[in-house]
Amino acid sequence: MASETVADHRRLTARADFGAGFAAIFGDTLDDGGALDQQSVQALVHRVDLGAELGKGLWRRGFWHGGLSIQLRVEAANRGDCVGAGCGAYPEPMDQGPQLAEATHQSVRFDDGLTLDCGRHLNILDVAYRTYGTLNAARSNAVLICHALTGDQYVAETHPLTGKPGWWNAVVGPGCPVDTDTRFVICANVLGGCMGSTGPKSPHDERPGEPWGVDFPAVTIADMVRAQKKLVDHLGIDRLFAVIGGSMGAMQVLAWASMYPEQVFAAVPVAGAAYHSAQNIAFHEIGRQAIAADPFFYSGRYWAEGVTPSRGLAVARMTAHITYVSEAALTRKFGRKLQDASDLLIGDRFEVESYLEYQGSSFVRRFDANSYLTITRAMDLFDLGADHGGSLAAAFYGTRTRFLLVSFSSDWLFPTAQSRAIAKALNHVAANVSFVEIASDKGHDAFLLDEPDFHLTLRGFLAGCAEHAGLA
Amino acid sequence: MNYSAPVQFVAKNMRVDLRLIAGMIAPRSRVLDIGCGDGTLIDHLFKTKGCDARGIEIDMGEVTRAVTHGLPVMQGDADSDLANYPDGAFDYVVLSRTLQAVERPREVLRQMLRISTFAIVSFPNFGHWSLRLQLLLRGRMPMTRAWHRMWYETPNIHPCTIADFFALCEADGYRVVEWMAADEAGARAPWRKFAGLANFFGEQGLFLLRKV
Repeated sequence: MASETVADHRRLTARADFGAGFAAIFGDTLDDGGALDQQSVQALVHRVDLGAELGKGLWRRGFWHGGLSIQLRVEAANRGDCVGAGCGAYPEPMDQGPQLAEATHQSVRFDDGLTLDCGRHLNILDVAYRTYGTLNAARSNAVLICHALTGDQYVAETHPLTGKPGWWNAVVGPGCPVDTDTRFVICANVLGGCMGSTGPKSPHDERPGEPWGVDFPAVTIADMVRAQKKLVDHLGIDRLFAVIGGSMGAMQVLAWASMYPEQVFAAVPVAGAAYHSAQNIAFHEIGRQAIAADPFFYSGRYWAEGVTPSRGLAVARMTAHITYVSEAALTRKFGRKLQDASDLLIGDRFEVESYLEYQGSSFVRRFDANSYLTITRAMDLFDLGADHGGSLAAAFYGTRTRFLLVSFSSDWLFPTAQSRAIAKALNHVAANVSFVEIASDKGHDAFLLDEPDFHLTLRGFLAGCAEHAGLA
Repeated sequence: MNYSAPVQFVAKNMRVDLRLIAGMIAPRSRVLDIGCGDGTLIDHLFKTKGCDARGIEIDMGEVTRAVTHGLPVMQGDADSDLANYPDGAFDYVVLSRTLQAVERPREVLRQMLRISTFAIVSFPNFGHWSLRLQLLLRGRMPMTRAWHRMWYETPNIHPCTIADFFALCEADGYRVVEWMAADEAGARAPWRKFAGLANFFGEQGLFLLRKV
């Protein structure tokens, strides 16, 4: 009884608070639908409810109340972000997990599955991937790009879900440092991901009709690499000219060079580390806790309820995003500027808050919460030295791979000291290693951004390697 | 030495200097060039002798320039980073005009001959007649083409003479396989058979060492 009343009240509140905003921006959607369906209302109620609690005592005009989502949508629209027709009409993307699975991704299925480090065997392994450029007759010009935690295989093309440019457009493409005019570039969605490769959204091995969800086995960076190796073998490539990746991608590069040294001519771990530090694990745990604390998480079975823990996932993303940027970059970009106001007492909030909200909201529309849990855990588990009896050098004993290590001076998530430690370990085995720290105030994110020195370095290194590999 | 204030070594006349050093290095050998600058020598060794040549350089700007040109160079410090390499990793380790600027020259030499069969060392000779004369007549620290920074700001904290270097090799058990004295431009001087004269007339000393 009571709950119904409350629900009705909330429903009304939701309609009142959000209706106007939706009508203004997504009029068609609402008009066509006639009214918000039950699930959408549930989601909206959830937000309003959460907002009221979180906002209590925090804000004179609690920004969580109503304005939040509308403002995000406005921002998204202003930025030309994926909204409305073509990318799944609002409000579904924010709150319906299953929508993510609808897009089809190029992939290859391995019916023999994959045995994981944890001992479990996946009966079926799908690896979703994209390629760019042409494989030469000698099959010697292949470059594998490894993506980071929240990246995917759409490295150098418009993303089918978000409509945004490829995440490494400045690095991979015709005439770019990784030149698709002369190289055959492969990028695969990682095992455990949500863009077509086997992951928590994939069908459960034993329970027909159900996705894995939180029951998806724990995977490791090495498992991800084994899945990629199957793809590379499938493409008929004996040796990769280069394996390149940043952040978690760098971990995969290191694992590749360690596990398949003869298959990797050149390895470029960018802004990486040989193990995930306690601080990094701590930040990941905050994100995981935020997801778990979302009432829509349903112990990971949110898919069964037809909802997603969007709020929790957004908070996880917001927290993580802070670790991707430097204080200097935040100050330069936002300082203490206010959003649409000159006085905080009458205005709303700081620009940096709005920015983080945007980061969170755009993320939940393309990422699965259980995937986030799976992949962050894989990163936390990574410790290449520990896997080799406590000696990182042992991971590379006898290697003939040519390494380029790149770090960024303001990166405090994967600081230069981590890359230097890898360089030292490589020196221990007399490996061929180049190591450059790029001066940048953009923090960890610098590896994704326009950093001319980094791009010149990468281009030069690959050109030098091509000379040694006998590639034109 | 720290990274925030990179040491600016005395100006190198690499083109001639490297010709003398490269002349000591066998084709297709493994070479590490310490303080390699923009990597001119390792580029030369790869292109003309097919060597597997790599470099360490303390100045990140130079490192970036070298890697941008496709050369395997890493940022590092002669004083601390040689300890990371395994025994006998190289055939030649080159320390060109840097010995006088490191914190522990003796330890650096020891490390060089641990990780490599041969060590090639060059340094500006503090025994040159013009330095001796300036000190004798003026009583002030001498200033020359090679020694051109005031005593209070020079990075060259461990100057030595060719005679001093022979003495160190003797004390630490290094065999001088080959040596020569050269003028500042790098041209070979005629007094290579006579160490005393070389120490007086040579502006820089160049040594090829190995363990006895």
